[in-house]
Amino acid sequence: MKTVTADVRVKTKKSKPGRSPPEHGCRGRSDRKLNQSSSIIDIRGVNYSVSGRAIFDGLDMDIPRGRVSAVMGPSGTGKTTLLRLISGQVRADAGSIVVAGTALEGLGRKDLFALRRSMGMLFQNGALLTDLSAFENVAFPLREHTDLPERIIRQLVLTKLQAVGLRGAAELMPAELSGGMNRRVALARAIVMDPQILIYDEPFVGLDPISMGVILRLIRRLNDALGLTSIVVSHDVHEISSVADVVYLLSGGKVVAKGTPQELASFPSEIVKQFVGGLADGPVPFHYPAPDYFGQLLARDGGR
Amino acid sequence: MFGDLWTSLIESLDRLGDMVRFLLRILAQTPRALLRFQLITDQVYNTGALSLVIIMLSGLFVGMVLGLQGFELLQRFGSEEALGTAAAIGLVKELGPVVTALLFAGRAGTALASELGLMRATDQLSAMEMMAVDPVGRVVVPRFLGGVITMPLLAAIFSMIGIYGAQLVGVQFMHVDGGSFWSQMQSSVGLRDINEGIVKSAVFGVACSLIAVYEGYHAAPTAEGVGAATTRTVVTSAVIVLFLDYLITAFFLRG
Repeated sequence: MKTVTADVRVKTKKSKPGRSPPEHGCRGRSDRKLNQSSSIIDIRGVNYSVSGRAIFDGLDMDIPRGRVSAVMGPSGTGKTTLLRLISGQVRADAGSIVVAGTALEGLGRKDLFALRRSMGMLFQNGALLTDLSAFENVAFPLREHTDLPERIIRQLVLTKLQAVGLRGAAELMPAELSGGMNRRVALARAIVMDPQILIYDEPFVGLDPISMGVILRLIRRLNDALGLTSIVVSHDVHEISSVADVVYLLSGGKVVAKGTPQELASFPSEIVKQFVGGLADGPVPFHYPAPDYFGQLLARDGGR
Repeated sequence: MFGDLWTSLIESLDRLGDMVRFLLRILAQTPRALLRFQLITDQVYNTGALSLVIIMLSGLFVGMVLGLQGFELLQRFGSEEALGTAAAIGLVKELGPVVTALLFAGRAGTALASELGLMRATDQLSAMEMMAVDPVGRVVVPRFLGGVITMPLLAAIFSMIGIYGAQLVGVQFMHVDGGSFWSQMQSSVGLRDINEGIVKSAVFGVACSLIAVYEGYHAAPTAEGVGAATTRTVVTSAVIVLFLDYLITAFFLRG
């Protein structure tokens, strides 16, 4: 992985003018202190409903610039929806979301696409274009948005593939890649346009421990080396705690806990204790709401 | 019952309006897509070249059946020599465009709808949006244009092979005079008949391609959603093609 960081650092020197420099470079995590005033994403009073069911109800959140932020919560609490709101894939019913100084409310498609060029997203399944090779997948945003000569595109793509350790798999098709490799190619594609914000939607789902470890290290190293802001949605409490600077726990449409992974572990809240401890029953009940058990069993009509 | 019919009618109109808006979105992106002709030629190959075998085989068999039935009917009136005219008119004006459109919907239309539906289900379209690339311009428009270009060509090939099928049965098997077969066809089939066939196949090309890309693009991102979109593509295309066929035929007969 040493060569990975070296390659990426060379690229960072050529980063676009006006872009925020990395706040902490490659320092150890223990040196980092959260600077909450420097947020790259501000979410204020966001309401969002689907088919009459409230997903968010007055959500407030600040995503600090240059850090790895983890968003956790029980299933169905709207973690992926939050990412879709931040990336403008869906619009909030009320409230404001400001991403890198741009308010998403009322933003036109053209301006939204301009904003998205400063964002990268790693989808749960990688979402590689299945008719293109790994190389062409990574080259895709460059071919769509730039007029760079083929030689430069080739260099950029190979650099990014080297950063995720898959330069040798450049010519393979997505169907020939394993789940972990698939996500690493998607990660290379997500960083090829040098985004400011990198969003990961459940990046560890279905991965073996080795692939999971590789993705974890890449999240941390790419964030530090490229000066990104990373937002990771995940259920894997222990894994994500090893790389996250700040953790947000969502429940009931709000942020119920926020802090460093260490702070979260000792947070005085039942929902946090249940989630972090992986307890089957608690504020999030084991049983889905149902009529009386015995009454239903003994009912003449089968209780259905 | 009337309530259900009314709801169904409103839903159909709603869907039709949505489809027209989608067509306008496609047309707005078309000039830019034309600059990347390679994407379109790839789709012409996918929808056209890969459909050739089924189109040619179907054309041959339809032509052979037409030759048999036509011969059977015409010999009752002692005018077997008109078989060439009957087969050519039937194929060029009606069977060529209509059967090609139905086969296109079944072969290329379902392929387009399921491909787009799967791209939706596997987040490939969302990934493009996140890369600030409009999937309509990059994925939908080339597929739509590929279908529009392909359909008249396939219909022409279908009609041509069909006429040879009718000739095979009529002239070779039933011993209709070959000279009469071709000369009567040449003197009776006019440019207007050919134009009608071209207009029909072009309109069917737009309709079938639009239905396929619309259903695929708007498919629910599940296995059932993709399956339902594929089924709707075939059913809607078949009904619309037959309806449009009547309208265009009536228009040409009136004119």
